[in-house]
Amino acid sequence: MNMRVPSILPGFGVTLGFSTFFLSAIVLIPLAALIAKTGTMGWSEFVDVLLDPRALASYRLSFGASLLAATLNSVFGFVIAWTLVRYEFPGRKFIDALIDMPFALPTAVSGIALTAVFAENGWIGQYLAPFGIKVAYTWIGIVIALTLIGLPFVVRSVQPALQEVQRDLEDAAETLGAGRFYVFRRIIFPAVMPALLTGFTMAFARAIGEYGSVIFIAGNLPMKTEITPLLIVIKLEQFDYAGAAALGFIMLVMSFVMLLSINLLQAWGRRRHVAAGR
Amino acid sequence: MSVGTNKEVLAEIASRPGRDTVLSGAIKVMFITLSLLFLGALLFAPLLTVFAMAFEKGVEMYFASFHDSDTLAAIRLTLTVAAIVVPVNTVFGIAAAWALAKFEFKGKSVLITLIDLPIAVSPVISGLIYVLLFGAQGWFGLWLQEHDISIIYALPGIVLATMFVTFPYVARELIPLMQQLGNDEEEAAITLGAGGLMTFFYVTLPKIRWGLVYGVILCNARAMGEFGAVSVVSGHIRGMTTTMPLHVEILYNEYNFVSAFAVASLLTLLAVVTLVIKTLVEWRTGYRRNK
Repeated sequence: MNMRVPSILPGFGVTLGFSTFFLSAIVLIPLAALIAKTGTMGWSEFVDVLLDPRALASYRLSFGASLLAATLNSVFGFVIAWTLVRYEFPGRKFIDALIDMPFALPTAVSGIALTAVFAENGWIGQYLAPFGIKVAYTWIGIVIALTLIGLPFVVRSVQPALQEVQRDLEDAAETLGAGRFYVFRRIIFPAVMPALLTGFTMAFARAIGEYGSVIFIAGNLPMKTEITPLLIVIKLEQFDYAGAAALGFIMLVMSFVMLLSINLLQAWGRRRHVAAGR
Repeated sequence: MSVGTNKEVLAEIASRPGRDTVLSGAIKVMFITLSLLFLGALLFAPLLTVFAMAFEKGVEMYFASFHDSDTLAAIRLTLTVAAIVVPVNTVFGIAAAWALAKFEFKGKSVLITLIDLPIAVSPVISGLIYVLLFGAQGWFGLWLQEHDISIIYALPGIVLATMFVTFPYVARELIPLMQQLGNDEEEAAITLGAGGLMTFFYVTLPKIRWGLVYGVILCNARAMGEFGAVSVVSGHIRGMTTTMPLHVEILYNEYNFVSAFAVASLLTLLAVVTLVIKTLVEWRTGYRRNK
């Protein structure tokens, strides 16, 4: 059976061999070690680690805060993408370039900076404190850190989709008597929705695993403000490798599910794109 | 049917698609305000705070923060790690892109997904897997101890964890770019008798150079700024195995805020420079990374 389409270009064997070797050495074998380590645990031991009340509390927090952050990102990410695509205003290009800041900024920096801003004497925290709203060292702070981290995913996913919505289609609909809200609901939203869902899932996946920006603002109280990645670090510090591996395994499974969903969503978006006749 | 007055006609025209109505104007103002408020609170305020806190006790104290041997060691370590990781991942990225973009073969899409894997994995897990392999109680822990080789809590572990995290960045820029550019020119070069390396350096590289720059600077930014993965494998030995982000954490936890934010300000400048180069590449080429 021929495994590849013939080509006159050289270097296939060398480049494929080198990259699969390197991929195996750096990524696949180490990840397999995690799965193997989990495999050495007995079933009941594995379940005990996973269903430990402290672990359960951390899942609830990690999952809930990430879900909330990804939702906030979807709303504000859409508003920002719309603003950047549809409106012209001074500083638009500057803001467009800055959207990628959370990608480029080390997470430890965003962590300490957000904590400083939202602490009770911080620039924003001081205005929230009189209302009894505490952000730093509570779950709200975790949501804010995760929202910052996930923002570029939604904006950068929605932006190109919004750019490609056919303006003449909107004009035609309005000429035929459709109201603005109707046009939004029936033309713009369906065109952007796959991209929005992809962005949501990417932001959510990133938030679940995030560590650096969260631990500074979280307060890290067991059962209250302790995220799952932090629990893994704590187990490692106590040399509980098996426990850390078990929690890591569950997070890895989550990541695979997320990656699969993102790929499916993107394929769906492309199919809709083709179906729309473009 | 009666003809409307001038005023009514104007109002009717104004309500046509593409015209500015009071409503669309209000929405525009609302959207821009909302965007700016959101970005202001979550992005601008933290960025400015970094510098405000770093310079809180004056310019002299700011620069005094860098007259510290541990801080300088952290900067040196970060530069060393990036100097190893970025070239290696660049070579990998180019090789992977050549194999995956220039040829059609079975299992290609699986390979592309596997290369992207580190992006989906939590940084903590990126460190954890190497501890499980090379840590004191890891698979190779005993063997390494007998041969007096330290990987975890030492430079090799930090390099490995950083390499894992930044692994896909160059490859995932180059693969779609090279696929889009096609093979015609390379095939012409080979037919005319050029060798493989000559074809790459004279035909392919000039075409992909901006994509390459893009991938390399993103890889570098992530390599220098990585926190979670490095934190797990580093052991936090002050002045020895602390990279700049880890040193920020140590200083911060010691309530040495001026120094913590001073080091953080360097990392912020790194991020700003990265974004500036990235934006220039985008403007120059009209190219935007398709995430």
